[in-house]
Amino acid sequence: MARYSLTINGKKQSVNVPDDIPLLWVLRDELGLTGTKFGCGRGLCGSCTIHLDGESTRACMTPVEYADGSEITTIEGLSPDLSHPLQKAWLAEEVPQCGYCQSGQIMTAASLLEQNSNPSDEDIDVAMKMNLCRCGTYQRIRKAIHRAAKEV
Amino acid sequence: MGQSAVSRRDFLKVSSTAGAGLMIGVFLPAKERLVAAGLAPAQPFEPNAFLAISPDNAVTITVAKSEMGQHVRTSIPMIVADELGADWSQIQVAQADAHPDKYGSQGTGGSGSIRRSFEMLRKAGAAAREMLLEAGAREWGVSKSECAVSKGTVVHRSSGRELTFGALASKAAALPVPDDPPLKDPKDFNLIGKSMPGKDTPSRVNGSAQFGIDIRLPDMLHATVVRCPTFGGKAKSFNSKAAKGVSGVTDIFEIEEGVAVVGKNTWAVIQGHRAANIQWDHGDFAKWDSDRIKSMMEKKGGGTAVVAREEGNVAEAHKKAGSVFEAQYEVPFTHHATMEPMNCVAHVRNGECEIWVPTQVPQRVQTTAAEHLGIPVEKVRVHVTLLGGGFGRRLWADFVTDAVEISQKTGKPVKMLWTREEDMAHDFYRPTSIHKLSAAMTKKNRPRSWSHRVVAPSISGQLRPERFSGGQLDRSAVNGASNIPYEFPSILVDYVMTNTKVPVGWWRSVYNSQNAFANEGFIDELAHMAGMNPLRFRMTLLRNSPRHLGVLQLAFEKSGWNTKLGEGRGRGFAMHESFGSWVANVAEVTVKSDGTFTVDRIVSAIDCGLAVHPDGIRMQMESSIIYGLTSTLKGEITIKRGAVEQSNFHEFELLRIDETPEMEIHIVESDEPPGGAGEPGLPPVAPAVANAIFDATGKRIRKLPIRPEDLRA
Repeated sequence: MARYSLTINGKKQSVNVPDDIPLLWVLRDELGLTGTKFGCGRGLCGSCTIHLDGESTRACMTPVEYADGSEITTIEGLSPDLSHPLQKAWLAEEVPQCGYCQSGQIMTAASLLEQNSNPSDEDIDVAMKMNLCRCGTYQRIRKAIHRAAKEV
Repeated sequence: MGQSAVSRRDFLKVSSTAGAGLMIGVFLPAKERLVAAGLAPAQPFEPNAFLAISPDNAVTITVAKSEMGQHVRTSIPMIVADELGADWSQIQVAQADAHPDKYGSQGTGGSGSIRRSFEMLRKAGAAAREMLLEAGAREWGVSKSECAVSKGTVVHRSSGRELTFGALASKAAALPVPDDPPLKDPKDFNLIGKSMPGKDTPSRVNGSAQFGIDIRLPDMLHATVVRCPTFGGKAKSFNSKAAKGVSGVTDIFEIEEGVAVVGKNTWAVIQGHRAANIQWDHGDFAKWDSDRIKSMMEKKGGGTAVVAREEGNVAEAHKKAGSVFEAQYEVPFTHHATMEPMNCVAHVRNGECEIWVPTQVPQRVQTTAAEHLGIPVEKVRVHVTLLGGGFGRRLWADFVTDAVEISQKTGKPVKMLWTREEDMAHDFYRPTSIHKLSAAMTKKNRPRSWSHRVVAPSISGQLRPERFSGGQLDRSAVNGASNIPYEFPSILVDYVMTNTKVPVGWWRSVYNSQNAFANEGFIDELAHMAGMNPLRFRMTLLRNSPRHLGVLQLAFEKSGWNTKLGEGRGRGFAMHESFGSWVANVAEVTVKSDGTFTVDRIVSAIDCGLAVHPDGIRMQMESSIIYGLTSTLKGEITIKRGAVEQSNFHEFELLRIDETPEMEIHIVESDEPPGGAGEPGLPPVAPAVANAIFDATGKRIRKLPIRPEDLRA
């Protein structure tokens, strides 16, 4: 057990947890930020994607000690009012079905747009292909990213 | 569609609660409706709605079906609100808790939420509208016929006076409920048929949507459960001390099905399970693997079968024919793989139990918990959360017992969560199957006889082994086989049951996915043998099936069937009717010389009668295509030493965005009653792709999943 300091969605937080606990469970169980989802626990599905110091990261594979002192953004911190261009695009294209994987999809897409404001279909494939969606919303994800890119 | 069995008297009952405005419930006589409902006899699938208008003019529609991505919390309210004459902005959605009879069946499956409740939901809205009109007319001392509803108000046409629904709600509640309220002329629908935005979409893009896994209660413990990987095995021993030595673990104990680790957070209990080093008594089934299951099925498949459909005399027709064409199709076990692993929150205390759970069967959860605890059903409260995928997996309540048992033992509220590995190892898998087909044609290539033997484990037989001990016919297992629409003078469809200890369950579209793969592949083979275009060949056998012909025609036109494709490319067709809807798919593929291939495009035509929520239908069709493609190209569950070999998404792969074909969904315009939308798109996916590969390469695919090595020259 040790004390770790994390800045989450702009707010400084301190947690007393084991060193090896993945960030996912710190967010979900300790801090109640349940928008970040558990899907596989092995970095295979992307449901737990967050931004760690601006980089999209699998929270289920990131021990808290590695994140100490870092800035973290979760889906809850993307915008306060659904105003992020990706959220607007996701609403306009009616992307989500069950919605479970969508936090991870959106966080991955947000990183993509940070790096590439006008991604091609191929860029989208490369960036998004490690995020699984069992409902099969991929075609709409692609459309929504293009839509958001026009607005960015 | 089974709506007629409900008498009007049963249908509408009003409950007026003091000060709460007008509440109208739709009640159904529960029991006798279960069988009429359908697909799986054990699955009650029934409609229900509950509508409340409060004095502040909010219209709350309680949805008793589970929301798992099919947007039922949007489409059901649309139907009620349209007949009611409400404004969409005043509609609030509430989720029904389980109730043994208040809502009829709350089971969500069989693509039935709309098709089995459309008329009743309309009547619920219409009855409330008539009462509000009457209340308004009395208020103004005018005739009801001079009044109309518009966007949540009652209007007196000639004077322009108006009152909101909220203002009239209490007065309306005092009026008698009309027995048979008039329904709107469909041309006046203003919500039905429109693609209204999803009620749950905002919460699904900002992290606020509450799935079962997101429930948090004060003083709540976390738990995970591990079962013996081998089906039927039991825990022999585990290192309790080591498990409890993990920081945050509070307890470890055996439960009915496996070993539970309890602690202060999820990570602790996962670590505790690893430390426990559980030893298993694997039991008899450890001697089984996929090969042994296959040879058992082959052997039994060659023996006696039970007849599901027999017309004419296939044996004689086969004998008379110069040649009989035969083929065998094979489909593996596969897995539901909902993105949200199985989980349940339970709190057992003082002879009562409260449950929060993502489930397709709230009432089964209730009875399961009650039976387990030996308490009356009324003492179990079940709150239904959003579901992170269902696809039939959450028609089972097996994981609910885990949570209930752990909460009972610890006396605390408990969130029980399976790891992905556990979820994959303990599903109720889509049954594996072998299909033995044979057909004969006349010298002029006219159809003579068709025979299809389905060899597969039976879900019903697993549920009620005593009833099926003699291998009796499981009608569900021949769904999509016994009702082939093609007109052959002689038809024989029969079935051989081949159950093992591998649990089998209702996987999206149930047995239609296996049977359609066999039917539509084999019919394509016959077309080729007859030297005919596969669409034209089907048309000659579908003269009395206008809705089949309708989707065939639409898919033909929209796909550009007759346009030429380039080198290495192919186009395939398949169609299937299921869950009250008809779907035709055209797939386009590109196959390279090394056997690797891509599915480039799928054009899909669906006739689901009146399209209540068109964009919702398109979503479900896109979803069915991707789900179907995963089982066509990838996901396969294999058995080794009596256990599932695949453990996580690196071994059980799902289709990804870069493998997603261009999808085009076309909906037949129709005013027939609504059909299902969640499943019918899936069965014709695999055969369309297999037929496209044949078109590209001349190689017949009779086994799923399709692997590049099968296509190498």
